[in-house]
Amino acid sequence: MKIDCKHVWEHISAYIDGEVDAALRADIDKHLETCEICSAVLDSTRNVVVLMADDRVFELPAGYSERLHARLDRELDLKDPG
Amino acid sequence: MSASNPEFEAECIRRILAGEKHLFHDLIRPLERGIYFMLYSLLKNEAEAEDAAQETAIKVYQNLHLFRGDAQFRTWVLSIARNEGLGRLRKQASRREDSLEAETDEQSGDYTPAILTSWREIPLEELERKELGAILRKAIEGLPAIYRNVVMLRDIEEMDVRETAAALGIQEGAVKVRLHRARALLQRELAPQLKGFAPRRKGLFGLGK
Repeated sequence: MKIDCKHVWEHISAYIDGEVDAALRADIDKHLETCEICSAVLDSTRNVVVLMADDRVFELPAGYSERLHARLDRELDLKDPG
Repeated sequence: MSASNPEFEAECIRRILAGEKHLFHDLIRPLERGIYFMLYSLLKNEAEAEDAAQETAIKVYQNLHLFRGDAQFRTWVLSIARNEGLGRLRKQASRREDSLEAETDEQSGDYTPAILTSWREIPLEELERKELGAILRKAIEGLPAIYRNVVMLRDIEEMDVRETAAALGIQEGAVKVRLHRARALLQRELAPQLKGFAPRRKGLFGLGK
């Protein structure tokens, strides 16, 4: 089936997650072969997803873990678990 | 993200409740990143999220006997984090900008992506990671809350759809819809900003995830 750009955009997130069925995936792949715009949209969306998952990009505040466990140490000294 | 280990967790919980209190550090450690991002997604403030994360860990400790094992431990902990975050938001309600209740999945219209053929790959090695992190954080903070929660749990904490739905108390279908819209909004917001970092070589992420 021939699908248009808007149709591709609607499924881009599921496509990236591998959650579209084989027939739709084939339609999207076929569209992507010839559509520079949708290819760019797919790449940039995928880049956003890849970057967000990069632990080095999205870091915890420095010292977060140390402060958390220091606080817990004080709490554990005071109280028994509920 | 650390994979949760039900046997380890159950054993830990049993021993903590029997008096080996120090084991709570080991129990909570694999979850502290998820707790933080759940709270950051709600509170949008590092210091506030960290403070709430500490309160959450303490509440988990104090309520450990209530964990029944019928839910995943991590899901249970993240629900406690979410309640902590929502409680704080309610307290700040008067100066809250985006309402958690007013937003629905229905009200949002189509999202037209940013059409930029020149931004195909992000040359990560050319970017200061801090700068990139700041751009991403700002974009995520700008999302409506219902999208921000989902995208942070799914894409940053890499939780699966089922677990994200459980932690947020919503249907799996809603997770997928919100994730799609969140990513579309982020793409539209970020693609023009990151275009300035012109790619030098192709194929950095070209093979996909």
